[in-house]
Amino acid sequence: MAQRVLVVGAGMAGLRSAEGLRAHGYADEILVVGDESWAPYNRPPLSKEALHGDLSHDRLVFRVRANASDVTWRHGVSATSADLAARTVTLSDGETVSYDALVAATGVSARRLQVPGPPQTAAGRRHVIRTLDDAIGLRAALVPGAKVVVLGAGFIGCEVAATAVKLGCEVRCVAIDPYPMVRPLGPELAAELQRRHEEQGVVFHLGVGVAELVGDHHVTDVVLTDGTRLETDVVLEALGSHCNSGWLEGNDLDLADGVRTDTALRPWRESGMLDGVAVAGDIARFPNLRFDERPLRVEHWSIPTDTGRRAGAVLAAYLSGEGYDDVVAASWEPLPSFWSDQFDIRLQSYGMPGLADPDGIRVLEGDLHDECVVGYHRGEELVGVVGVGMLRVVNTYRDKVGHPTPTS
Amino acid sequence: MSLKVVVDWDLCQDHGQCAFAAPEVFEIGEDGRMHVLIEEPDESLRSKVEDAADVCPVQAIRLEG
Ligand SMILES: Cc1cc2nc3c(=O)[nH]c(=O)nc-3n(C[C@H](O)[C@H](O)[C@H](O)COP(=O)(O)OP(=O)(O)OC[C@H]3O[C@@H](n4cnc5c(N)ncnc54)[C@H](O)[C@@H]3O)c2cc1C
Repeated sequence: MAQRVLVVGAGMAGLRSAEGLRAHGYADEILVVGDESWAPYNRPPLSKEALHGDLSHDRLVFRVRANASDVTWRHGVSATSADLAARTVTLSDGETVSYDALVAATGVSARRLQVPGPPQTAAGRRHVIRTLDDAIGLRAALVPGAKVVVLGAGFIGCEVAATAVKLGCEVRCVAIDPYPMVRPLGPELAAELQRRHEEQGVVFHLGVGVAELVGDHHVTDVVLTDGTRLETDVVLEALGSHCNSGWLEGNDLDLADGVRTDTALRPWRESGMLDGVAVAGDIARFPNLRFDERPLRVEHWSIPTDTGRRAGAVLAAYLSGEGYDDVVAASWEPLPSFWSDQFDIRLQSYGMPGLADPDGIRVLEGDLHDECVVGYHRGEELVGVVGVGMLRVVNTYRDKVGHPTPTS
Repeated sequence: MSLKVVVDWDLCQDHGQCAFAAPEVFEIGEDGRMHVLIEEPDESLRSKVEDAADVCPVQAIRLEG
């Protein structure tokens, strides 16, 4: 009888998983359901070039490999619950879909500010940026002269701050951290990047939180915990993410932070790994033996492709019954890769800088105040590198990060 | 039918990830710019070029044929 793979989440990881199944010989039905109305598209430009340029879906949509042209897509439908023992998923339109194998690729959502205030909508002038629709809403508000308050100074917050300055807005950035992007990058590089943002006109309010959002129908002022009051036309809440794993509840999985898996991306349960299910993309919390055995989530753009291919290989072998144990046991140690563009600064990271010891961060090449490569060490081991410019040089460190298991 | 690599140079930002996925076909030169070494690669390179297209952050690479 023909088999069916159900992919939940029509983002990059869902697409790459479908392509991965085909690449590994699975030829029966693939059904992808996703709650957005769009075919999978590229998210990074939403805070960068597309936000001050072309925000059309045509420009951002991923090309689908020829091998996946027969995949069935159902957009605008979400999974509401799953019964992994019965192998069924229930959708928001009431239908229950049965499957032979399942890919969970539902990604993350923007975390909202937990402070009372006007409605959390574009009309309330409170924005987030995760989807194309979010970006379209935000773009309309970023008019020259607009007073923009970015809450959160992570990569996405800093990228939008830079883009908003380019669009002629007056930009303030508020964060509880002492420097922007300090958690992944460490204080020295973070302080240098703060200086460069300030040079371009971004005003930071660091080490403070938000006490209150003032306004009835829409925000008019942001009041900080130190009493500062910022008049505003646009608030962007760029406060990190939470995982879209609610639909998997009730199945004895470890959903503490995404979905915990093994290196074959099978969900972990007390009673053992669950075969026939794979987790891909931002919600996968997997061990990477290039670094250590601790399962971690990695919200980098390189991960949907790596996990999607791995999910495809594992599930194709599971469904065919051929070589499954070998595929599961094969070593899989993806190299996390991340980039960010802010003003004329291009950051390129490899590995997991966040794993470094506090005193393990040093400039390896170049000059911190110009172009440089910063190394992140845990003990003696290089666990990550970040290039500020110097792309050719930072690229030479790709093979030097972590301790990949030698392949024979 | 032969393969053809098409790069949208308006999009390309010289990230260089393609050069790791398919070093036979793409290169980041001394000048820091991306170069296509073989515009019509052999069929045997198809999957590598597809991989290169996948990992391009700005999705500037297309494979025709
Ligand atoms: C603005 C922005 C800028 C970024 N910039 C960079 C960058 O510069 N560099 C970098 O490395 N990474 C960047 N990233 C991160 C990168 O885009 C993500 O890592 C990547 O999109 C993750 O892909 P995914 O498929 O796992 O999740 P997603 O792309 O989020 O896809 C998941 C899909 O599942 C849908 N879904 C959720 N719940 C359900 C449900 N119950 N039923 C059905 N569908 C559901 C979601 O709506 C979504 O469409 C950026 C992300 C954003 C938002």
